[in-house]
Amino acid sequence: MTPPNATLTKNDFKTDQEVRWCPGCGDYAILNAVQSVFPTLGIPKEKFVVVSGIGCSSRLPYYVNTYGFHSIHGRAPAFATGIKCANPELSVWIGTGDGDALSIGGNHLIHAMRRNLDVKVLMFNNRIYGLTKGQFSPTSEVGKITKSTPFGVVDQPFNPIHLALGAGATFVARSVDVMSKHLTSVLQRAAAHRGFAFVEIYQNCNIFNDGAFDHLVEKEIRDDHLVELEHGKPLKFGKAKDKGVRLRGYAPEIVDLKTTPTDDLIVWDEHEPSSALAFLIASMPERAMPQPIGVFRAVDKPTFDGELRKQANEVTATHGDGDLKDLLYSGDLWNVE
Amino acid sequence: MDVGNHGSPVHHDRKTLDQVVIRFAGDSGDGMQITGNEFTKTSAIFGNDLATLPDFPAEIRAPAGTLPGVSGFQIRFAAKDIHTPGDEPDVLVAMNPAALKVNLPDIRAGRTIVVNTATFVDKELEKALYMKDGKAFNPLDDHSLDSYRVIRVDLNKLAIESTKPFGLTPKESLRCKNFVALGMMYWLYHRPIEHTEKWLREYFGPKKQQLADANIAALRAGYHYAETTDLFHEQFEIPPAPMRRGTYRNVMGNQAVGLALAAAAKLSKTPVFFAGYPITPASDILHQISRYKNYGLLTFQAEDEIAAVCAALGASFAGSIGVTASSGPGIALKTEAIGLAVMTELPLLVIDVQRGGPSTGLPTKTEQADLLQCVFGRNSEAPTPVVAASSPADCFARTLEAVRIAVKYMTPVYLLTDGYLANGSEPWCLPEIQDLPKIDVHFQSNPEGFKPYARDPKTLARVWAKPGTPGLEHRIGGIEKRDGTGNISYDPDNHDSMVRLRTRKIAGIAHDCTPPLVDGPSEGPLVVLGWGSTLGSITGAVESAQAKGLKVARCHLQQVWPLPATLGGILSKYERILIPEMNLGQLWRLVRSELAVDAYSFTKVQGRPFTTSELLRKIEEVLKMPAHGSAHPLESKAQSGLLQETTETVGG
Repeated sequence: MTPPNATLTKNDFKTDQEVRWCPGCGDYAILNAVQSVFPTLGIPKEKFVVVSGIGCSSRLPYYVNTYGFHSIHGRAPAFATGIKCANPELSVWIGTGDGDALSIGGNHLIHAMRRNLDVKVLMFNNRIYGLTKGQFSPTSEVGKITKSTPFGVVDQPFNPIHLALGAGATFVARSVDVMSKHLTSVLQRAAAHRGFAFVEIYQNCNIFNDGAFDHLVEKEIRDDHLVELEHGKPLKFGKAKDKGVRLRGYAPEIVDLKTTPTDDLIVWDEHEPSSALAFLIASMPERAMPQPIGVFRAVDKPTFDGELRKQANEVTATHGDGDLKDLLYSGDLWNVE
Repeated sequence: MDVGNHGSPVHHDRKTLDQVVIRFAGDSGDGMQITGNEFTKTSAIFGNDLATLPDFPAEIRAPAGTLPGVSGFQIRFAAKDIHTPGDEPDVLVAMNPAALKVNLPDIRAGRTIVVNTATFVDKELEKALYMKDGKAFNPLDDHSLDSYRVIRVDLNKLAIESTKPFGLTPKESLRCKNFVALGMMYWLYHRPIEHTEKWLREYFGPKKQQLADANIAALRAGYHYAETTDLFHEQFEIPPAPMRRGTYRNVMGNQAVGLALAAAAKLSKTPVFFAGYPITPASDILHQISRYKNYGLLTFQAEDEIAAVCAALGASFAGSIGVTASSGPGIALKTEAIGLAVMTELPLLVIDVQRGGPSTGLPTKTEQADLLQCVFGRNSEAPTPVVAASSPADCFARTLEAVRIAVKYMTPVYLLTDGYLANGSEPWCLPEIQDLPKIDVHFQSNPEGFKPYARDPKTLARVWAKPGTPGLEHRIGGIEKRDGTGNISYDPDNHDSMVRLRTRKIAGIAHDCTPPLVDGPSEGPLVVLGWGSTLGSITGAVESAQAKGLKVARCHLQQVWPLPATLGGILSKYERILIPEMNLGQLWRLVRSELAVDAYSFTKVQGRPFTTSELLRKIEEVLKMPAHGSAHPLESKAQSGLLQETTETVGG
């Protein structure tokens, strides 16, 4: 038991359970980031709850030494709703994957987003089903050869950022498993956000989809494939930050700043109430254009759990704490002597 | 105003009866449920014992005037203790031809039928399929009703005339016609009309004063019309029933459940978190308790049935009493999460307001065919207790009992009610608050030697440690775990012992539950065994049999699973067991497999309760059957005057 007010460290959030992800899995880096961020948030250890569904990512709660609930496939947002509403003082985190969150659990995810439930969702996106050994997921690319698609995937994939923006998530961000500094800062931002925080984390499954994000992480090429969103700053990328993104009509386009100096690059505003621009830049085709990472959106709205409590408190303030006898003995009563 | 004391232009004999059954029937837009409810409340306050049976179509508004659009409300009120809404109406109020056609098969010759003549016109007759050779015919004119006492009244005209002073549109005036009919019934059975007047004023409020006034005028018009025209030739009185001392209110089953959930929060001093998704006939529970926010009760209308149960279980993990309510199809969706509740050993109340099935089935009709779904309907060995309510008022006590078991044994518990209990009503002798059962909730707080799966040696319940408690941080989930630590374990012997441990825990409830309700001789030739909403019909039939000198006992389960430990001993004292159920023998299967006793099954799945008379006939029949015999559910069904069992064969 940690004494109150003691400074928490990363070690306080490690459990005695052997971590059972495959060696080399991107999940280790995410776990590391979570264990690094939690002690920095000023939240007592016992006030965290990590909730998950089913899948490799959903083993997360077992490895974080606080309260944890490993639930059933796709339903983590629903469990988190009950937990957060029952005790709004808890800091509730969800570990989930692309299959868990977007396929079997899609409905719960979008509804938790539209309600602005105050929970933080870490969606490990490896674009494959790992725990069931290699079927395509709702984020797998068209044409991908997997166990269940020997001739290639014919489904169109989800863009998770689009889904989150469309469902009204008040905080939407993306990071990459191995970019530990970036990931840590995004998690800290998510923790600080009051409301629903959706963080898509590109995560390498080195067994069933190895190298899916190589173009985003390999030193030589990554700067040409990633653009970091920073509030108030123009969208520039490339090793020498010599390329930028601007809008032509409704389409983002790349500008070579060496040949075309310009002052009309998109300047990122994560607080913009409309998520239209965030939607446009999240649409930039992978490889042909840089993939944005960082915070797409951070806006302030009342939280579901907060409003639920507020309403209950208001009713109690108006009518007083309910008296059981008054309740049972209400309506048309009659006495038999 | 007590209209009953008015000087009366015609002298009426007032006969005293000990009971009457009225059925109000009309189009679903005719306000039959309101009419029935008002008659019910007035009779309850008058002091009669009563039982009601609303019967409405699944469609909100089926095409007006058609057979599927008929809505009915039956009430039986009596000067004595009664148990059911009655087998056959003494009076049918038929607001249109369709209502007459649908309900006539239930009306015995010689009984009274009040018809609204204004609706017996070609257009309405056609919609009710009163057609011969392509032309509409009027059953009021062809002597087909000669064996009944038919009272013809133009309710439309009375409604329009009586509401003239209030400046209503013709449509609004016509909508008052159900109150004309209600007023007539109030006169016929000598009821005060002031309770309904008061209700109308409250219902419409000061802003719609003229609608309240118009309906009151219609009500009085019906009352006086019956009186002055000597329509019925006589008037009846049904004196108050001798009832237990106390304060009463009328209560419907869903209402009693809702009240009990507020009581559970108070009695356990633990917040109740209710999560539901709209479904007939369970939604009224959500509607009602969403008003109880100052009782320590939070409600959440989830995005689907699965989210509802998961949110409820999440809340239980966080230290609330998680509750969800649904009906058969919704319960099916919740199944996986209930399995998780079994595995994580968290309290959870799952209320199943049963309806006709399978699949969408008969959403507004009653059935008790979800028993086996609740007892066994989960993957693997996932034992779960089942508590069943047996009357609308009993829903209150059973809900509290289910919560008690859930928190004491750290387990999901099913509470089974059904459409008949949910919407049916009866007078409820209100309990004293200090007499309500204790619900002890204990949260772990001491981190010294804490293990999340440490158990109470007696109940085998694990500890309840809620997030936010320093030093008790732990992880739970659906993966098999080692007892004590709760750590993941795939060890074969551990799994075997955990499966048995969870099953033993639930089996232990057989010794700590509501005992069966036994009535009548404690041994003899026959016991009628039942569970759930059949209690009223069974009691009525058993009492009738006893009155005929037959030695018949009744044994009714309020705790259905595990079977109470005493049940085997009770049943062994009788030579024959008869099990009537509104399913195809689900309790019959459980009793035979668990207790290895033979029993006669008697089944009915018509979307409506057993009648007392059909049960009485069956009792008499079984008494002539071999002792210790058995009848398979498929061999033994209730007959129906309306339905013929047919099978369409290919190539016919």
